[in-house]
Amino acid sequence: MTTTRNDARTTVEVDQVVRRFGDRTVIDGLDLTISGSEFVVLLGPSGCGKSTLLRLLAGLDRPDGGTVEVPTQRAIVFQGDRLLPWQKVWRNVTIGLDRAGAKERALDVLAEVGLADRANAWPKTLSGGEAQRVALARALVTEPDLVLLDEPFSALDAITRLHMHDLVQRLHQRHGAAMLLVTHDVAEAIALADRILVMNDGRIASSYDVGLSAEDRRSSQAREDLRGDLLADLGLAGRH
Amino acid sequence: MTAVLEAPVTAPGVERAVTRELFVPVAVSPSVVRRAAGRLRWPLGIYTTPAVLAVLWQVASKVGWLSANLAPAPTVILHAGWELYQRGELVPSVETSLGRAGVGLAIGLVIGVNAGIVGGLLRSGEYLFNGVFQILHTIPLLAILPLMIVWFGIGELNKVLLIAFGAAVPMYLNLFAAIRGVDHRLVEMARSAGAGRLRLIRRVLLPGALPGFLVGLRFSLGYSVLGLVAAELVNADQGIGFLINRAQTYQQTDQVFFGLMIYAVLGLTADQIVRVLERVLLAWRPSYEAS
Repeated sequence: MTTTRNDARTTVEVDQVVRRFGDRTVIDGLDLTISGSEFVVLLGPSGCGKSTLLRLLAGLDRPDGGTVEVPTQRAIVFQGDRLLPWQKVWRNVTIGLDRAGAKERALDVLAEVGLADRANAWPKTLSGGEAQRVALARALVTEPDLVLLDEPFSALDAITRLHMHDLVQRLHQRHGAAMLLVTHDVAEAIALADRILVMNDGRIASSYDVGLSAEDRRSSQAREDLRGDLLADLGLAGRH
Repeated sequence: MTAVLEAPVTAPGVERAVTRELFVPVAVSPSVVRRAAGRLRWPLGIYTTPAVLAVLWQVASKVGWLSANLAPAPTVILHAGWELYQRGELVPSVETSLGRAGVGLAIGLVIGVNAGIVGGLLRSGEYLFNGVFQILHTIPLLAILPLMIVWFGIGELNKVLLIAFGAAVPMYLNLFAAIRGVDHRLVEMARSAGAGRLRLIRRVLLPGALPGFLVGLRFSLGYSVLGLVAAELVNADQGIGFLINRAQTYQQTDQVFFGLMIYAVLGLTADQIVRVLERVLLAWRPSYEAS
């Protein structure tokens, strides 16, 4: 399914962005454009600046050079669930929602992620996968134009992660928000992305449009070729 | 890179001795026998040890190991209390003391909580209050009593203010630290989710500081009882401290002990109140339960 990329509206525009920590330049003149409701996966080895870029897009940090333009309505799903342990699940979902009917809205989104029956539970009673689904619901409840996902499934087991991939794809099609997911998992990138960007030394090193059907994403020669290319870009050639 | 494989720790063919553990379900509701056994071991919960000590004390007094002038038997102490009650002195004294402690505590908590919240939330609040409270913290409560008497005389005001002082300082320090100690990742989450400043305070910072607030409350209650005792023992014409002082003058050790007992009960009650608050307010917190 690549039908969600048909409108030409620009969602994210990153121009020659620089980010330094002390005398270490983590992001060095990076350009990035995301249009419409594209699903972009940012792939790279740990320490390459993926999360730093995501924090710039989220507005949590400011760039040291260049410009970042993002929609006002945006949400982040962090690596950890970051649920407030002292609020029931549905109250966690409404943290950023300040209007009448917030609870009904939260319950709707919780139903979407399959957690309608846990709305009144304390976060401490949730499993890792459930907690991360609440975090997804919290991100989607405000109907953002851009959802940033920072290695959201890296702490989950392999089976739960596959379920989460299906869920994220469904949510992406339903809500039509642009998504930028940061990961170091090549399989995850292929499963989800319209476009895969490989990051290296603070820049986008290469870009792949993934025009595969859902079937082909799971197993096909094209998938294997793409996987080989991505691993080679990550400096892991000959490991497949 | 090839690692050099060492020889296996256990030679092949030699069976390793493995000690094993077996886990079975814990009975949901323990049997009547087991529950009775638990009761038997700690029949009064945490007050089992004090009760046992009281019984030993009683026996020691009856046998004659303890002089009645130095440490009268618990039954004698209780009897002294009964006499005070019948003479109509006990209830007004307790009321006076509780009134002082209550007013002082209320003033102290209002000051400590408000300063703690402002200091915790605002940088300028920190600069305004922190230095003062840190300095006050280093001054022992009992050391300012003479100054209080010079400033406010020997009336009610100096007692109430001493108690307020004792309650305000630990509340401020704990609340300030608790608000500043709220996980910054949660603060970042709330901000990025679009929560405004008011909502951040109400949903993240204040509830996150609740455990620290309760620690502060525990200290405040304890120090307010301490302040009460100090103020009443030095100068008072009514209250529990006055009863103790008068009893000391007339060498009525049993009444002295009874006064101390009331102070102890006040302290324990305060502790129980905080315990109940913790159970209600911190239901969300996964905590360690000792076996």
